[in-house]
Amino acid sequence: MSSVTIRLPRQGAGLALLQKYGVYLAIVLILVANLLVTPNFFTVDNLRTQLVQVVPVLIVALGMALVIGTEGIDLSVGASMAMAAAVLPLYIGYGFVPALIIALVAALVIGLTNGVLVAFVGVQPIVATLSLMVAGRGLALLVAGEQLRPVIDPSVLALGRGTVFGVPWAVLIAAALVAIIAVLVNRTTFGKQLVAVGGNRRAAELAGLPVKRILLVIYLVCAVLAAVAGIIGTARLAASVPSTIGNLIELSAITAVVVGGTPLSGGQVKIAGTVAGALLLQIITATLVKHNVPDAYSQIIQAAIIVVAVYIQRGKVFTK
Amino acid sequence: MTAIEPSAGPASSSQLARERAVGAVQSFGAPIVLVIVVIVASFSFPTFFTATNLTNILLQSSFLLIVGIGMTFVIVTGGIDLSVGSVFALGGVLAAYASQWGWVAALVVPLVVGALIGAIQGALVAWGGMAPFIVTLAGLLAVRGIVLAITNGGSTTPLITDPVLKVIGQGGLAGIEWPVIIGLVLLVIGIVLLTRSRTGQGVVAVGGSENASTLMGLPVARVKMSVYVLSGIMAALAGALNAAYTSSGVPVVGVGMELSAISAVVIGGTLLTGGKGSLIGTLAGVLLLGVIQNIINQVGSLTSSVQSIVSGGFLAVVVIIQTVLSRQQRL
Amino acid sequence: MTESSTSNPAGADVSSASAGTPVLQARGVSKRFSGVTALDGIDFTVLPGEAHALMGENGAGKSTLIKVLTGVYQPDDGELALHGEPVRFARPLDAQKSGVSTIYQEVNLIPLMSVAQNIFLGREPRGFLGLIDHRRMYADARELLGTYGIQVDVRRPLRSLALGVQQMVALARAVSINARVVIMDEPTSSLETAEVETLFRVIGMLRAEGIAIVYVSHRMDEIYRVCEKVTVLRDGKVVHVGDLAELPRVELVSKMLGRSVDAVAKGGATSFSEDSHVSEATPVLTATDLSRRHQIDGVGLTIRPGEVVGLGGLLGAGRSETLKGISGVMQLDRGSVVIDGQTVRSGSVPAAIRAGIVMLPEDRKAEGIIPGLSVRDNIVLAALPRLSKAGFSSRKNQDAVVDVFMKRLRIKASSPDQAVSELSGGNQQKVMIARWLAMSPKVLLLDEPTRGIDVGAKAEVQALIDELAKEGLAIVLVSSELEEVVEGADRVVVLRDGQVVTELTGDQVDEKHLLDAIAGDGAASVVGADEPTSTTTDTEEPA
Repeated sequence: MSSVTIRLPRQGAGLALLQKYGVYLAIVLILVANLLVTPNFFTVDNLRTQLVQVVPVLIVALGMALVIGTEGIDLSVGASMAMAAAVLPLYIGYGFVPALIIALVAALVIGLTNGVLVAFVGVQPIVATLSLMVAGRGLALLVAGEQLRPVIDPSVLALGRGTVFGVPWAVLIAAALVAIIAVLVNRTTFGKQLVAVGGNRRAAELAGLPVKRILLVIYLVCAVLAAVAGIIGTARLAASVPSTIGNLIELSAITAVVVGGTPLSGGQVKIAGTVAGALLLQIITATLVKHNVPDAYSQIIQAAIIVVAVYIQRGKVFTK
Repeated sequence: MTAIEPSAGPASSSQLARERAVGAVQSFGAPIVLVIVVIVASFSFPTFFTATNLTNILLQSSFLLIVGIGMTFVIVTGGIDLSVGSVFALGGVLAAYASQWGWVAALVVPLVVGALIGAIQGALVAWGGMAPFIVTLAGLLAVRGIVLAITNGGSTTPLITDPVLKVIGQGGLAGIEWPVIIGLVLLVIGIVLLTRSRTGQGVVAVGGSENASTLMGLPVARVKMSVYVLSGIMAALAGALNAAYTSSGVPVVGVGMELSAISAVVIGGTLLTGGKGSLIGTLAGVLLLGVIQNIINQVGSLTSSVQSIVSGGFLAVVVIIQTVLSRQQRL
Repeated sequence: MTESSTSNPAGADVSSASAGTPVLQARGVSKRFSGVTALDGIDFTVLPGEAHALMGENGAGKSTLIKVLTGVYQPDDGELALHGEPVRFARPLDAQKSGVSTIYQEVNLIPLMSVAQNIFLGREPRGFLGLIDHRRMYADARELLGTYGIQVDVRRPLRSLALGVQQMVALARAVSINARVVIMDEPTSSLETAEVETLFRVIGMLRAEGIAIVYVSHRMDEIYRVCEKVTVLRDGKVVHVGDLAELPRVELVSKMLGRSVDAVAKGGATSFSEDSHVSEATPVLTATDLSRRHQIDGVGLTIRPGEVVGLGGLLGAGRSETLKGISGVMQLDRGSVVIDGQTVRSGSVPAAIRAGIVMLPEDRKAEGIIPGLSVRDNIVLAALPRLSKAGFSSRKNQDAVVDVFMKRLRIKASSPDQAVSELSGGNQQKVMIARWLAMSPKVLLLDEPTRGIDVGAKAEVQALIDELAKEGLAIVLVSSELEEVVEGADRVVVLRDGQVVTELTGDQVDEKHLLDAIAGDGAASVVGADEPTSTTTDTEEPA
């Protein structure tokens, strides 16, 4: 509303291209580099492993992309994962599907709280989800009795280890979710509306859009996606570990979204870019692991990627 | 000459009264709740209101208080510093390493490194135009990475043998431990700095309106930069004191500390949107969290997960109240 | 290129404009933004103690020039001079330190800080140990404001004060930093009448002290009342410099527009057709007893299909609030809106839209356009659910609608896919109108539909309003330009202090009646109606 805005200098065409295609370029470069210097990188086994490993971050990032598109952020995705992971083994006695549903519903409680706080109370997303990030994981630990539980249900294990025609179930589920979210964003009324809310919330309200409902649904969707990621993660580990599952995953997810070209200022959602962003993070990690770089350094490198990606994307501001 | 009475416009007398009331709740809410909780706890647990227990709470809270002082300055500018937990750990590890060259090095090295980390983050926020939470989230990750890198992946814990440093960490004056005294002295300095110096007023102004501050000629970028430097120094100092207290630089401390610090600051009435903050409130917020932790420990059957539920829930409640109150004020 | 700009002999006979070294000068200043020339060799001279109007249409370069003068921008060519000496302002602070201060349209102070803190920010009086001496700061602030006849509790947060008082605080701050030139950019746009008077009084006091004022405003009355010199910009160039007293109003307008005097004088200042569309049809919308504390009180309104109802009144009289109440944007305490016999749920925008009531908001940028989206997406935003099947959007349906309105409203965009933020203000406004027409509304509420758009687009929008009314749409028009209300509306409902005071119909709809009604009880001086020049745009200016 202020009459004087101090603008960042206009970026050149080169930067615009980098914002749009930088993530794909980076993927190609790193793959080529691996082709040259990393033995056994381009094996079916390794590629499959990489795909399976990226699944949780990718699914969480899909939800995060929607939230960021509305000019929000969700720091509580790790807590949602933990909640789903904590609940799943408790109800697995009733069968896989009921346990799955209860686990998703448990995570929905976190999403609902986020959504109500952000949409109806008007709390800043970062704080609302920060409190849920703390309280949600505490709740998950309480539900789980602060214990690690092995998971032996065959359906759950199949989710983590099984394949169809050589493609892991986890990858198939992720691909299906990507397709669904892509259609949601690009082909539905809801998709357009959520971008409008992120682009200019006040204008969206005055255009008669059900802004609060849209925001609520977005945080619910984000929590459910995180819960799916939590269940797949639990299946992969064959154990429910609510204390550590999804720790710092919000950071990876936000990085994937931003690296993929969705600005933190909202008003745009890039699903293909988000997928590419998650893949990029994964192959960087894989490359570092293959070259025996200690975990400590890959953390530092990931931090550097975040800073560079956000720095490149930061010019994409439309309103202030 | 006709005088303009400010009766026209958005401030009628009833509104003014309400505004004052809201302001009072924001400023004194945390201290009042603290007093109530302490009274209730004193009657509920016989071991609560004892000198040993109270000094213990003070000591446990002093590290968070020091971190919270830096965090208050950052939040007053409308920013946030998520890297403090990692910097806290790094400060401790560095202090323990450097203690082999004497206690002065053990304090100076962490402070210099903390300032440097703060400067890098501050520069990215102030001149890079990047969102503070993303910069400091990256800082959280990177600094934790540095801690792991210099401790063999967290497997080495450097020990402190320097006698002076041990005294700073474990000794005291008139029954009050040095970390508590240092924390309170820094609090007083912080209050004077924030409310009685031009620099501090600049910090408040930048948080209130960056645009207006620029136009009024304040060095906005420098102000923003400096609060992150301050926060880095405070977090590193707290880490060094904690290392002195435990006689070792444990690499895994400080995880989640940023959340406690932010909670304490917000509970204390500092607006997360910036422009208004109270260090006394931060003290109250820190003590409140410390008392709650202490009560949970007293109950015994409660676990650490309850602690996170309570502090997360507390943060949510306080923020809801703040949001509703400030919306009231705007009408 | 410019007429003699320095020490115009005609300026000598104006009492307070003491001849002498110009206090502030721009010499051949040019400024380009990514290839587009915003300022082209501007010469601009301000003498001590004079009030100098800076005039020009939107896009003429006024705001760019102000930003160069105050150090926000640096000139690409040319230089600034202070008291005759070349000077360079790297940042706003440099300009302020050199005595060039600016008062902006929206008060640019810190709302949460106290009045005194705002006045002295960055130069607080210090005492013991270099610490801020609050007591002295409060006393100094009280004294400073007192000199301008303003008495407020200087410890109160700024935002708890009325806008006019906030503006005075900004002015007091500017002057107390030893300002020699105060640039005022639309200072009165959000002030109450009494506050405007205070501002003018203070301006007089400042000039008596030899402080020069550069005054930017769209309000002709104010310009002629306050200023003695004028510099007119058009397309980034200076097209006229001279004494305002020697420049009749119509010529000033013609210089700003770049049209001949005859063209402006002919047929009024707007593009509304002469004939009215009086309608005897049954009302489509009846609003009764619309009330909200401190804003509107018992406002009633009926609108018939095919008529344009103007809402008259000063800023803060409740015009925008009435529209917001009808369109569900603002929750009402009391009152009802009935459309075609159906009561519309209050306080719900979707309910109002479903009932056929749509509102074009006043602030296009903040409340209208979604900047990141394309022209197409912006147009169909509200209509999207209707153009979709089972929640899936249909590009074909959208294109049909978008095509119709882009042609009909002559929206100039390279394609429907162009980002709306890249369009000019006028075209953005047309996109907004298209968004609402796509909903086939029954009642169209327009809040300042032509504000901030260029002359050509303004004429098109005015003609469109006419056309829509002829087609049977019921329209409510709010505009701060008197002639737009008078020439555009068939009836004018006049509001004062949140209440309807009168309704003008038929021959009463002219500027004189409207002014009287707005001012009430013959106290027409409120909007400067006692000045011979204020009512029409083509009178000669005798002063």
